Amino acid sequence: MNRKDLLGLYGLSAEEIAEILDLGLFFKSALKRGEKEHGALKGKSVVTLFYENSTRTRTSFELAAKFLGAQVVNISVATSSVQKGETLVDTGKTLDAMKNDVIVIRHPMGGAPKLLAETVRAHVVNGGDGMNEHPTQALLDMLTLKEHFGRLSGLTVAILGDIRHSRVARSNLYGLTRSGAQVRMFAPATLMPEGLAREGAVICRSREEALRGADAVMGLRIQLERQKAGNFPSLGEYAKYYGVDEQILSEAKKGALILHPGPVNRGVELTSGVIDGAQSRIEDQVLSGLSVRMAVLSLLSGGEGK
Amino acid sequence: MIFKNAEVVLKSGVVRADVTVENGRIAAIGKAGAGDGIDCTGLTLFPGLIDMHVHLRDPGFERKEDILSGSRAAVKGGFTQICCMPNTQPVTDNKVVVTYIKERARAAGLCKVHPIGAITKGQKGEELAAIGGMKAAGIVAISEDGKSVQNTKLMANAMLYASDFGLKCLCHCEDASLVDGGVVNEGYCSTVTGLKGSVRAAEDIIIARELCLAESLGLPVHICHVSTYSGVQLIREAKARGVKVTAETCPHYFTLTDDAIRSFDTNTKVNPPLREEKDRLAVIEGLRDGTLDCIVTDHAPHHEDDKRVEYNAAAFGISGLETSFALSYTQLVKGGILSLPQLAEKMSANPAKILGLEGGELETGAPADLTIADLGKKWKVDPKDFVSKGKNTPFAGREVFGKVVYTVVDGEIKYGEK
Repeated sequence: MNRKDLLGLYGLSAEEIAEILDLGLFFKSALKRGEKEHGALKGKSVVTLFYENSTRTRTSFELAAKFLGAQVVNISVATSSVQKGETLVDTGKTLDAMKNDVIVIRHPMGGAPKLLAETVRAHVVNGGDGMNEHPTQALLDMLTLKEHFGRLSGLTVAILGDIRHSRVARSNLYGLTRSGAQVRMFAPATLMPEGLAREGAVICRSREEALRGADAVMGLRIQLERQKAGNFPSLGEYAKYYGVDEQILSEAKKGALILHPGPVNRGVELTSGVIDGAQSRIEDQVLSGLSVRMAVLSLLSGGEGK
Repeated sequence: MIFKNAEVVLKSGVVRADVTVENGRIAAIGKAGAGDGIDCTGLTLFPGLIDMHVHLRDPGFERKEDILSGSRAAVKGGFTQICCMPNTQPVTDNKVVVTYIKERARAAGLCKVHPIGAITKGQKGEELAAIGGMKAAGIVAISEDGKSVQNTKLMANAMLYASDFGLKCLCHCEDASLVDGGVVNEGYCSTVTGLKGSVRAAEDIIIARELCLAESLGLPVHICHVSTYSGVQLIREAKARGVKVTAETCPHYFTLTDDAIRSFDTNTKVNPPLREEKDRLAVIEGLRDGTLDCIVTDHAPHHEDDKRVEYNAAAFGISGLETSFALSYTQLVKGGILSLPQLAEKMSANPAKILGLEGGELETGAPADLTIADLGKKWKVDPKDFVSKGKNTPFAGREVFGKVVYTVVDGEIKYGEK
């Protein structure tokens, strides 16, 4: 991959995505065999710069970098000088001056990784920016699907939930459609943004329509604050009309996979029966995440490939 | 002083003539005899341009702009008169601030600067500002620009009270609850950037409210920087049934669409936001059919520090004084939408009429406020050339036609390109 940064999947080609996924699959098999020592980032340093709370994404990036042999430093908003009012551009310059090779950034504002990438010499990886993109999350979803089905082309993936505020939904839409899959979307009207059909999404009017014959079903986390902002009356009503239970799931193909970016609200977007059922890949997604992040880091910054 | 052999833009059409200036006023338009003068062969002479919507940032935000730098930018852009909005610090809500602005403008000695007073104290939307006192000190209108007075009863009272002093309300239209932190137009581009959108209805609802108030109270009202196709239509319909409404738009609304935000360039962040192509076309049609009376800049200079941050965190606004004339000429006149006299009407006569300012037309006895431009001159916008402190423009690198060569205020050349 001939890029300085990974800011999103919007501008990536199918070939670039396939390259990341193939290397990700290689690392995933290695991890399954217990092989955690790889040298691609030996002698390099990776900073995770998180302006939002995150446990799984930050840990996943940290382990990925360590398994590749890099030195890792974690900066979170509470401990950095960000709260003292330093600008993102100045923070970036400081991290650059320390000769860091990669900066993984998570930020509540869309476009922040792009601003950072334009400022620094280091490679920038977007770990989620506002409502814009979360490329490595989508890549791990795609890796999970590709591993199971052997392909992405021709698959139908239903994404249900708070599409409006979801960077995961956007990145999955871009990545999956580039790779030849069909993406269906369903959300309460208050949480469905305009214009995703222009990016190839099939916008559905019901859960059944979204799930019918689907190969995979992805639930999105609903934040309680969306209810307080008047988007729906209660979590109970949300679960009843927009959640996925085993009966609704039966609309999808037999054996359709269940995905969720986590953390899950049990009984809201997905019932426990669905989360813990045989079709669920929610735990497997975590290992896919580690693998695909190793792939992204080595392709951007690695001295050697595999 | 004689401006010789210019293409003179009169209301009735463009004629080649000499414009003779004596004692700061236009003494004659026609064939002049011998006398000191400037050869304007090949140049076009407009009535001095008037921008009824600028932000000079002074007092309070002199890092972004001050009255001198803003005045310099104005005359460089061809403006002989500008009206400055009250969102200063302290807010222009009393006669002291009004007097300060007028004094500083007099000291700058470039263009005429007319302050606009706030509608409410501190622009807090709670109590009326000292409208009578500010009128005595020289304001030409009131406005809450940057936001709307959210309380409808208070807005009605403002319109009524202002009418006692012969003042109009200039209405920035924005329903705060609907905007809800939106920074760009709600639509495809907000979705694919993940930037929070603001729907057209947020602007339209307050436009409709102000039109209802004006109609119900029988008072005039002026709508600021119209950006939506639906807002243009609301105003068109109100005018058709006799509501005393006038309205303005800005060059960025008839030149750009929200496609520009996809770069995350914070210079595209403006309020109201850049909309879609159908809005841009409707704004142009509104200018053509007279629904929109004038072109203003909404000149909103900012320091680089206020723009070189995340899109959400960046300040709203475009530094517009030095590009407005060329963008308007290029898009509207060269684009075949307006004639030169119609452009002069939008950028001079109508703002003068709306605010009751002297000037706005080239006629014997009028103040010698003149804008002389080379319409054939093609140039490229480069913010490094701006004399405004605000270099924030989304038009950097754009090729435009029409360069201001001289700006004359009360018969004195205040800007002249060598």
